Amino acid sequence: MKIAWAIVRRDLVLAYRQGGGIGTAIGFFLVVVTLLPLGLGPDIALLSRIAPGALWIALLLSVLLSVDRVLQPDHEDGSLEQMLLAPMPLELTVICKSFAHWLTTGVPLALTAPLFGLLLNLAPEAALPLILSTLIGSPALSFLGVLGASLTLDIRRGGLLISLLILPLYVPVLIFGVSASSSSGAGLTLLGPSLLILLALSLAALVLCPLAAAAAIRAHYR
Amino acid sequence: MYKFANPTLFMRYSRAVLPWTAAACAAALAYGLYLALFKAPADYQQGETVRIMFVHVPAAWMALGVYSVIALASAVALIFRHPLADVAAKSAGPIGACFTFLALVTGSLWGKPMWGAWWVWDARLTSVLVLFLLYLGYIAVWQTVEDVHKAARIAAIVALVGFVNVPIIKFSVEWWNSLHQPASVFRADGPAIHASILTPLLVMGLAYGLLFLTLHLLAMRAEVLRRRVRALHLARLEA
Repeated sequence: MKIAWAIVRRDLVLAYRQGGGIGTAIGFFLVVVTLLPLGLGPDIALLSRIAPGALWIALLLSVLLSVDRVLQPDHEDGSLEQMLLAPMPLELTVICKSFAHWLTTGVPLALTAPLFGLLLNLAPEAALPLILSTLIGSPALSFLGVLGASLTLDIRRGGLLISLLILPLYVPVLIFGVSASSSSGAGLTLLGPSLLILLALSLAALVLCPLAAAAAIRAHYR
Repeated sequence: MYKFANPTLFMRYSRAVLPWTAAACAAALAYGLYLALFKAPADYQQGETVRIMFVHVPAAWMALGVYSVIALASAVALIFRHPLADVAAKSAGPIGACFTFLALVTGSLWGKPMWGAWWVWDARLTSVLVLFLLYLGYIAVWQTVEDVHKAARIAAIVALVGFVNVPIIKFSVEWWNSLHQPASVFRADGPAIHASILTPLLVMGLAYGLLFLTLHLLAMRAEVLRRRVRALHLARLEA
């Protein structure tokens, strides 16, 4: 448990002190949100209707593009190899690193999403459901993203490959995430079925992704 | 089973079997197409477009079936570390992607006159499109990772992770209100369609299965030969 906490804290400190961490992900999020109205036209009613979906897609992309910093630097400086040799199971290490990634990407993005929603004319009563659904759904994004990062660990030009591999798996999260953030805005209960399915997806990803990711990391070091 | 997993034996037996599967496939395809295009009655509502079903439904079965073959071969490769399982999984990828593409295109051609749209975003169609994307990702792993052994391990993990989509596709028409019609052949209470349509459909399904078997054996043979050529090249470079 002590090692697990040490790994989480190490990744948090690295994300905080190194460049390209939290700030870059939020900046990328902002850029995507800015580009959408420019591509779709500034129709307020249209933007208001698509705001939850647009914010969710921006969130997916920010998580996906920030995920290579979870394993790649550790692979380059050799600390990942040490974690592989450590007495703690690699699966648990992957859980810790994914959790740290969620803390440094999913949580800040979820909290700032309603703020950027102002740019898309997001309805004020939709802000709370949006925060709740992104907070509950983004762990699944982090776990799946780290799985993608582990699969493309050693591959040059892996950026496109990781998108091709992982974005299809993001589809269920996107569908239920958007449905949870828009249907609960229409006066339904906050803890609707979509939110529960989103929670189930996050829990399933927590269990299954580290297994696959650890197997992939071991395959790279054979 | 273990005996046939020896690559040398596989090459010998597959060479002997291939002409027979190819001939059986050609016969089943000819008979199935004859039944589907001439014998089967036109639908009283859909008219002649109902015949698209005979090429669409078996393609969709194969799309799921081939992915299951890949997942099974990948599991065997991961557990027993048998190189022929890698070969089987790898060479099934592009074939399965083609079947999936075929299912999407024929469904789209049928959807335009029937639903009035080439494409609708409902559960069955979306999940099959995701299956197609998973196929593309699987193929891309084999093409991107240079080390063959590493590519095999990574691709196997990718295939097994993507397998979660297969039951979602199968049950998508029951879990969600879909525009796509629910299962009418493989049901607990027996097929729900008339024999005049069921027979051509099953013959076409058999033909598609034999087509996959033939193409898969060919592709596996090509892959085994490719690896041998590679090994010979490397041996000559080292000498």
